[in-house]
Amino acid sequence: MSDAFEWLYSDVVKEHFTNPKNVFDPDEKFEADAEGIVGNIKCGDQMMFLLKIENETIKDVRWKTYGCASAIASTSMLSEVIKGLSLREAYGIKPADIARRLGGLPENKIHCSVLGDKALRAAIDSWLEKQGRKGEFKGEDAVVVCTCLNITDKDIEEAVKSGARTWEQLQEATKIGTVCGGCKGRAEELLHEFAHIYGD
Amino acid sequence: MDRRFVYLDYNATTPLHPEVKAEMIADLELYANASSMHEAGRRARARIEKARSSVARLIGAPDPACVYFTSGGSESNNTVFGTMYDLGRRGRVDEAKSHAGRRQKIITTAIEHPCVLNAARRLADEGFPVVFLGVDAQGRVDFAELERELDPERSRGGPALLVSVMAANNEIGTLEDIPAIARLAKAAGAFVHTDATQAAGKIPIDVESWGVDYLTLSCHKIYGPKGIGALYVRKTAPIEPLIRGGHQEKGVRAGTYNNLGIYGFGKAAELALAELPSYASRVAALRERLRAGIVERIPSVHVNGHPTKVLPNTLNVSFPGAEGEAILLSLDLEGIEVSTGSACASGSLEPSHVLMATGVGPELAHGSIRFSLGRDTTEADIDYVLERLPPIIARLRRMSTVPASLSATT
Repeated sequence: MSDAFEWLYSDVVKEHFTNPKNVFDPDEKFEADAEGIVGNIKCGDQMMFLLKIENETIKDVRWKTYGCASAIASTSMLSEVIKGLSLREAYGIKPADIARRLGGLPENKIHCSVLGDKALRAAIDSWLEKQGRKGEFKGEDAVVVCTCLNITDKDIEEAVKSGARTWEQLQEATKIGTVCGGCKGRAEELLHEFAHIYGD
Repeated sequence: MDRRFVYLDYNATTPLHPEVKAEMIADLELYANASSMHEAGRRARARIEKARSSVARLIGAPDPACVYFTSGGSESNNTVFGTMYDLGRRGRVDEAKSHAGRRQKIITTAIEHPCVLNAARRLADEGFPVVFLGVDAQGRVDFAELERELDPERSRGGPALLVSVMAANNEIGTLEDIPAIARLAKAAGAFVHTDATQAAGKIPIDVESWGVDYLTLSCHKIYGPKGIGALYVRKTAPIEPLIRGGHQEKGVRAGTYNNLGIYGFGKAAELALAELPSYASRVAALRERLRAGIVERIPSVHVNGHPTKVLPNTLNVSFPGAEGEAILLSLDLEGIEVSTGSACASGSLEPSHVLMATGVGPELAHGSIRFSLGRDTTEADIDYVLERLPPIIARLRRMSTVPASLSATT
C-alpha cells in the first residue's frame, strides 16, 4: 500500500487541498438549480454539491464537505472538471478519472475520493427528478468488464453491495468470467475497490 | 511568527535524549555476546545488569531481577497475556484456596492499546471469558463495573485470573487509579497487570505502592531507542516465555542480548527518573498554555479526557465541524506534527476506539487532535501553534457541511 502522506505533497493535490476551487461560500448567495448530499458524519465524511444548470449544461458549481484531505482535493478537482460539461457527461465521470488527474491516490484513500462523485450524481439525479425525468442517466455510465457475458462494473458494484467479497462469490452472483476468464484481473480490482467502499 | 518545525507527537515516539545518544555512540564498540563467559562478554553483561538496575529504579522495583528486557511494549503485553493463556489452559489452583480450580476470566478495559485489546481478543477466541470494562466521559475506569466483574456471584466467567488496566491512556492522557484497581483485583485473587508505556517518565511509578504483579515499559517513549522494552514481573507472579530458545533472561525471553538497546534504555531510564520533577512541571505549564489558548481563540472546542487526572504532556481536543485528518495535514503543512482520532487517518473506517468509549460520539472522535508535548517543547512552539491553528479550523469549518456548534461544550 502506498503511503497516504506521500501523494499529498504532489503539487496538484497540495494546491487543491490548501486552495480548493469552487467551495461554497455562505456569503456569496449562490443560487443553485440542483443540490445533492451524500455520506454522514457517523462515517466521518459528508459531501454536498450545488449546481447551476443551463441548457442541460453545468454553468457553475459549489460544494462543501466534512471530509479529509483526499475528499477535499478530489472534489475540488472534480468541480473544475465538470464546469461546462453536459449533465450527461458530468454524470459519467469516474472517481478514477479524478484520481488520475491528481496524480493518483493511495488505495486506502479511494473511498474518500468517491464522495464528491456520488454527491454530484445525487445533485443531477435530483434535478432530473424535478424535470420529471427520474433516473434517466442511471446505468448509462456502466462499463462492460466481461465481454463474453456483457457484465458491467455496475453489476459488480451491485453484487458487492449484496455481500460478494471473493471472486467465487462474485462469480456466483454474476456468472462473470465463466466463459473466457479474460476479465478476471480487472474484475478483481473492481471487487476490491467496491468492497472497500461498501465493506463492513 | 516565522515557519518552524514543531513536533507535538511525543506519545507516538520520542527523539533520543542527547545524553542517551552520546552514550549509545560510545557503546557501539561493545559488541560481545553478553552470554559469553570471556572477559568481553562479562563486560557486556555487567553493563546490561547496570541498565536493569536503572530500569528497576524508574519503577520503584527493589529487585532488578524482576525486570526482563523485551523488544518493546507490545511484546511485554503479549508475554503477560500468553502467560495467562498457559495458566488458564493448565488450571491454576488458587493460593488462598477460596476459589480452587481453574481461573480463566480476563478483565481489561475498552481503551487499552491495540496490543492489549488484540491479545485479550485472542484469549476470547480460545474460549476465555474476557471483559472490556467501560470508562466514564473522562476516560476513567468504571469501578462499579470492575467490582461486579470481580465478583463471581454477580457476573459471568467465574473468578478472575487477570486484571489488566493501562496506567495512562496514550490518546487522551487520562490516568487510571492503578493502586485502587490493584487492591480490588488482589482481594479477588486475580493477577494485576498495568501497561505503563505512556506513564513512564511522565508520572512517578512505584510497583510496590501500586501493588501490581506485571508492568509494561517501552523505551522509545522515554527518549531512548526503539526496539527495546521491559516487563516487570513480581517475584510471586508466574511468567512463561513468549519467545523460547536460549537461557537469556532466565529463560523467560530468549534471543541474544540487544546490548545497544539495553544500554540506551538504562541511560534513558536513569535520565527519566532524574528529570521527572522538572519535566512534569515544565511540560504541564506548556500544556495548560496550549489548552487555554485554544479554548480562548477557537469557538466550540471540546477538550477530551480528564481535567486533572491526566498526563502532564497530553492534550486531546475535538473541533466539531472540522475533520481530523484534514486538520492534521493542514498543521503538517505548517510544520506542526500531531495525531488524530479520525477514521481517515487510521486506515480503517472506525474513529478512535478510546474516544468512542468515552461516549463523545463519532462527530467529536473524527474531529479530534492529540497534541503530545515533550522535553524539547518550548513556549515559542506553543505560541506558534496558537497562531497557526485557528485559521486552519476556521477554514475547514467554513467549507464544512457539519455545524461547528455540534453538541460541543468547553
